[in-house]
Amino acid sequence: MFLAVLAAMAIVVPALNLLLPPASLLHIPGQTVELLGKYLCYALLALAIDLAWGYCGILSLGHGAFFALGGYAMGMYLMRQIGARGVYANPLLPDFMVFLNWKQLPWFWHGFDHFAFAALMVVVVPGLLAFVFGALAFRSKVTGVYFSIITQAMTYALMLAFFRNDMGFGGNNGLTDFKDLLGLPLQAPGTRAALLVATILALAGSYLVARLLVTSAYGKVLVAIRDAESRVRFLGYRVENFKLLVFTVSAIMAGVAGALYVPMIGIINPSEFRPEASIEAVVWVAVGGRGTLVGAVLGAVGVNYLKTVVTTGLLAPFWLFVLGGLFIAVTLALPKGLMGAREAIRKLMNRPTSVPSAIPEAAE
Amino acid sequence: MRLATAHEPPAFDPLHEPTTPAVLYLDDISVSFDGFKALNRLSLIIGEAEMRAIIGPNGAGKTTMMDVITGKTRPDTGTAYYDRGRCNLLKMHVAEIADAGIGRKFQKPSVFESQTVGDNILLALKGPRGAISSIFGARGRVTRERILEVLERVSLADAVFKPAGELSHGQKQWLEIGMLLAQDPKLLLVDEPVAGMTDAETEATAQLLKSIAKTRSVVVVEHDMTFVRALGVQVTCLHEGRVLAEGTLDEVSANERVIEVYLGR
Repeated sequence: MFLAVLAAMAIVVPALNLLLPPASLLHIPGQTVELLGKYLCYALLALAIDLAWGYCGILSLGHGAFFALGGYAMGMYLMRQIGARGVYANPLLPDFMVFLNWKQLPWFWHGFDHFAFAALMVVVVPGLLAFVFGALAFRSKVTGVYFSIITQAMTYALMLAFFRNDMGFGGNNGLTDFKDLLGLPLQAPGTRAALLVATILALAGSYLVARLLVTSAYGKVLVAIRDAESRVRFLGYRVENFKLLVFTVSAIMAGVAGALYVPMIGIINPSEFRPEASIEAVVWVAVGGRGTLVGAVLGAVGVNYLKTVVTTGLLAPFWLFVLGGLFIAVTLALPKGLMGAREAIRKLMNRPTSVPSAIPEAAE
Repeated sequence: MRLATAHEPPAFDPLHEPTTPAVLYLDDISVSFDGFKALNRLSLIIGEAEMRAIIGPNGAGKTTMMDVITGKTRPDTGTAYYDRGRCNLLKMHVAEIADAGIGRKFQKPSVFESQTVGDNILLALKGPRGAISSIFGARGRVTRERILEVLERVSLADAVFKPAGELSHGQKQWLEIGMLLAQDPKLLLVDEPVAGMTDAETEATAQLLKSIAKTRSVVVVEHDMTFVRALGVQVTCLHEGRVLAEGTLDEVSANERVIEVYLGR
């Protein structure tokens, strides 16, 4: 059902965008395609968070860092694609390096001329960071709120590091002014539609991987760790290995989401590492319903749609209050999120009428 | 009283046939937390298919002793061997100890509430426990019969598809004992199994543990003297981190010191 919706979206949206004339009622403007692509990147990030948090109880408040690292890896490739078309027309160095008076490309920029290498880095850099970070944290049995806090510290530290010009990632301004992706002009409607399709494919693929993980025996152990970690440990499982695997897979998914996000948006800068950004992503999952995968996607798209609506209207200055209020309301009224609400309504509908009288009222 | 044998030095050469017949051998174990001696030169031997009841006031070191045996806490001094001296418990990881056949039931029932009773047993069953292998179904190959067999022993076969969270308190305790059985352990450490149980449930639990102890060694920590009496086994009374008295329940409860510190006059 979920995959069918994604497939339909992958076919219908680009078709209505590209094939119909702008005057047609059914025409989907390029701006909407871009917005949808952005939402779906967020949805993939939310899916990644839900896999670790919803199923294994690992509440990462630093997934924005993995998202941003994936984004930077893609951004570096896009910078190299600019070539001599930059403002300074330097064929060897990106504009910001010319501006900083650098004479040669830093070693860690080598290889990013090739898409395959950049794509590999999109997966390897967030994956490796999560692996090392997770190995240290899980082996030392850092759990619960303590883990959440150190993930916040991680993303904050990375933000400060990426703000520095000396780091070689464009400092405050980040990477921008991209021209092409794989030789295709980024601004062309066809490229944008293709990016949307790529995002949908990545989301569908990640969803399938996540489904496979959570429905296997591995998933049962994950849920067991979430519900009674020490019980699992004393049953003879190496809890830290189970956590490390799901955390790394989750970080890789977040990295892929970031890599798809950057060409769509056209910029990556250190603000993506903001601690608040990671927290916001966790709110999407909570709103959608954790431990459901589909709920995370619905939550991400729903909350971000709301954000677009609210921040472009009169309520714009109050967005954070709206978001905070939403989080409180969901926590109090729908502890299992939108998916939980759907489940509860379905149960009430199927109940025979002879059960206690309070139920019909609740069904409304 | 068995205390005298505890201080004989056993031979622990892994290349030779082990000489201690004990399933569990603890000698001279001390653990201190910030100066507080939780265990003070504790020695304890549990034989093959022996059931032992451990009693003692709060803070006597009962839980710390289980923590040491299961690898959760490392003692400051002492030796701890398992399986006729074949395994040095002080050099093993929690998961390795569990895998070697020591099962532990917590004081508070600790089951996987959101999963079915059958899945709880499935997760506990002996078998491969790797993270990667579990994705590709190594766990899934365990047979249904094996799960039902375990559940029948703890009278939960009818509840196999029920979420464990819906069980009564007593049933959760049994499910946890069932999970221990599924591990196929040689030694079961059972912490207060009948706390909060009805009299009938307590009686059934005593019968269950006695039948388990026919083939496995069991260490039961319990405050309920009716239950300890129903078990009818050797009793060890701990106090301030060491063994105060050992013997039958009648012998131990006649001991002046035990009456003073634990049973009360």
